Amino acid sequence: MSIIILIVAISILIAGGFLIAFLWGVKDGQFEDNYAPPNRMLFDDTQKIKQTKK
Amino acid sequence: MKNNTLTTVDITTCFHCGEECSNKKNALAEKHFCCSGCKMVYEILNQNELCAYYDLNKNPGIAQKIKVRADKFEFLEDPTIAQKLISFTDGKQTQITFYLPQMHCSSCLWLLENINKINKGVISSRVNFTQKEAFIIFDNAQTNLRSVVETLTAIGYEPHISLQDISTNKVSRSSNKRLYKIGIAGFCFANIMMMSFPEYFSIGGYLEKEIGAALRYFIVALSLPVVFYCASEFFVIAWKGLQNKFLNIDLPIALAIAITFLRSIYEIVSHTGAGYFDSMSGIVFLMLVGRLVQDRTYRSISFDRDFKSFFPIAVKVLQNGHFHAIAIDKIKVNDVIQIHSNELIPVDAILSKGKAEIDYSFVSGESLPVHKDVGEIVYAGGKQLGGMLEMIVVKEVSQSYLTNLWNKDIFKNEKQSDSAIHALSKYFTIIVLLIGAIAAGYWYSHGATQLMWNALTTILIVACPCALLLSSTFTNGNILRILSKNKFYLRHPDVIEDLSRINHIVFDKTGTLTQNKKVKVSYEGVELSNEQRNSVVALLAQSAHPLSRIIHEHLGECNSDEVVSFKTVIGKGIEGWINEQHIKIGSDSFVQNKKTIERTELEGSSVFIKIDDTVLGVFKIKNSYRYGFTEVIQRLKSKYKLSVLSGDNGDEATYLQSVLGSETELLFHQQPEEKLEYIEHLQTVKHANVLMLGDGLNDSGALRQSNVGIALTEGTNNFTPASDGILDASQFSNLHQFIAFAQFGRKIIISSFILSIVYNIIGLYFAVQGTLSPLVAAILMPTSSLTIILITYGMSEYGAYKQGLK
Repeated sequence: MSIIILIVAISILIAGGFLIAFLWGVKDGQFEDNYAPPNRMLFDDTQKIKQTKK
Repeated sequence: MKNNTLTTVDITTCFHCGEECSNKKNALAEKHFCCSGCKMVYEILNQNELCAYYDLNKNPGIAQKIKVRADKFEFLEDPTIAQKLISFTDGKQTQITFYLPQMHCSSCLWLLENINKINKGVISSRVNFTQKEAFIIFDNAQTNLRSVVETLTAIGYEPHISLQDISTNKVSRSSNKRLYKIGIAGFCFANIMMMSFPEYFSIGGYLEKEIGAALRYFIVALSLPVVFYCASEFFVIAWKGLQNKFLNIDLPIALAIAITFLRSIYEIVSHTGAGYFDSMSGIVFLMLVGRLVQDRTYRSISFDRDFKSFFPIAVKVLQNGHFHAIAIDKIKVNDVIQIHSNELIPVDAILSKGKAEIDYSFVSGESLPVHKDVGEIVYAGGKQLGGMLEMIVVKEVSQSYLTNLWNKDIFKNEKQSDSAIHALSKYFTIIVLLIGAIAAGYWYSHGATQLMWNALTTILIVACPCALLLSSTFTNGNILRILSKNKFYLRHPDVIEDLSRINHIVFDKTGTLTQNKKVKVSYEGVELSNEQRNSVVALLAQSAHPLSRIIHEHLGECNSDEVVSFKTVIGKGIEGWINEQHIKIGSDSFVQNKKTIERTELEGSSVFIKIDDTVLGVFKIKNSYRYGFTEVIQRLKSKYKLSVLSGDNGDEATYLQSVLGSETELLFHQQPEEKLEYIEHLQTVKHANVLMLGDGLNDSGALRQSNVGIALTEGTNNFTPASDGILDASQFSNLHQFIAFAQFGRKIIISSFILSIVYNIIGLYFAVQGTLSPLVAAILMPTSSLTIILITYGMSEYGAYKQGLK
């Protein structure tokens, strides 16, 4: 039955991984600006095409 | 067909900014521009192959009609000023963050991040769109701060550089810390909950002892960060309240968290139970989320701007025969300064050269520019409308009239918050402590010490006013969110409650009821010959009536002819003889000598022109009152008392009185102090809760004194006096809906408060008997919190829908 303890410990570790990912995201400023990144992603392509054309 | 429609669009609107083009002068390769400024921006972008700007969005530009003076940014070459603006430099590279309020679409974002194609010295540029900021790194060897700013200005994004940025540091970002806390609290809460389930379902004894014990220790470990990190702010605020001898709402919460934690630890150590860790962490989590929702910060809006942000950073001062840009706090008495057109005069000074036409509307509310001659003293705060001026400084910035006005005592007093929630929390804490004491005393007298401790601690656990607090935080948070979507930004959630209680509304006139922008003048009738035009202008020049001034400005300057036997008929018009011709300008009845009844037109005014015996035409002047002005007033009139305070003259008194009704008090020629005293009078003598709407510095005292002071602005980056809220001028017509919505919000809080009391009574029923089991607590407490959140959210959305708000 002690396997349950192990499973609980592992599940906490996995959840902890998500927590760390979340904290990392906050620290990185992912929640500060939710307009620029999705739009910026679209520009880069058009820009590259223009550069290769040159 | 499709092609056809496209070209018509191109002809009528500016390719850059989308504004209507009045002429076709500014065209380039079949593209039309409304002004040379827009065309110039296009040329710069075209040269640098940045025309994708126009592909991303249609007409993404900002109108460039007001040209920026070439040497406006000379002051950025002054190292002491530059030092205060830049965030980092190592001599080779410099990093700086600019605030660019013009940013509004993805084109802006794209262009600003590609600025290095225009100014080669820029190494990188990164935009934070939400904060409307651009973080730029540039190479000192190739460019300098001034040229970077000038590049930005040239493409239409003039950075907002103000003294306030220089004198105060940016507020640190505390919302990150709260997100950390929420993340950790959520993680711990969810896991504690999961691990508590076996305990709850083990009534039949299915749970093995060792596993149960192990899970309990896991739970204890997970609860530690919740209590000592996530909940720390409740303890800190409660303690601060106690130090100031004030029972705030955080005290019962801190008390409940502390007691739940200690009791649960005791239960686990003594093997008497599983504790209440899950309900405790759940509540901490929900409370933190509630605070995040409520304490919304508008990063791009500042409520505390003082007059300094309104001032230029530097002015030109005469030194060794040349004018140099000098920071305004370094200006000394007897310095000679140069003021350009449309610039603000930052100090009290004597005019030594030039013709001054000073617009004091911001300081005094007076809408007509004041003419000053050489030798006269000009007070700080006015805006020069005419040409260039030279002036001799008589008082430094720190002692000028404007600074004194600002430093009045009223601005230093913090407003007292008398929020109902704070008042309630005081009684709430006392009542809970009383119930706890009575229950404990009852069990003690019955000799049941174990039960006494049980009852005392569970009462404090259950009576935690979370539901009560959540109801107000979530309602206010959602109301703030909905209002800000409608461009009405409140400084603090408490303002909603104040707004719901107002019964008297005071308006400023200039800039609040009227628009700042120039009125529209149109002419109908026979076209005036040059000679006739000259005569009309000459006659108009004699009159100081606002309508005459407007038409005069519309027609422009002319070589003035002599006016003989000029006569003004007050409220009707003017007449006089010019070049042997009799000219009459004025209302219909005046010009045509008819005995018609005068009526005030809502749309605007008509001014008729008659030369000798023929009526030539009519000037139609559209009212400068805000869109929806009469409708809003009609709606507000029935519910609230209204007053108008104006620094302006009483020319429009009759019109205003007719719209506002005879009961409304109209006061003209009001000094800033008089406005403040009037509000004070309403509050003390008539016991009114006053809402004041204003826009300028002349209202700032009154805005502070009133229960709710709201600043109206035509652009949130414009200067607004310190206030409780900022309302975008385009939303002025929704004012009555905003107030009604705030009142509805109060109803939501009261009704959800009653609900939370019901929950508390159920909890207390178990608690006083000393029989509250962890399972009951685990069900009751999150359910009460969640239902309250759902109800407040749903009801506030419904309220917004009902008021027609987005």
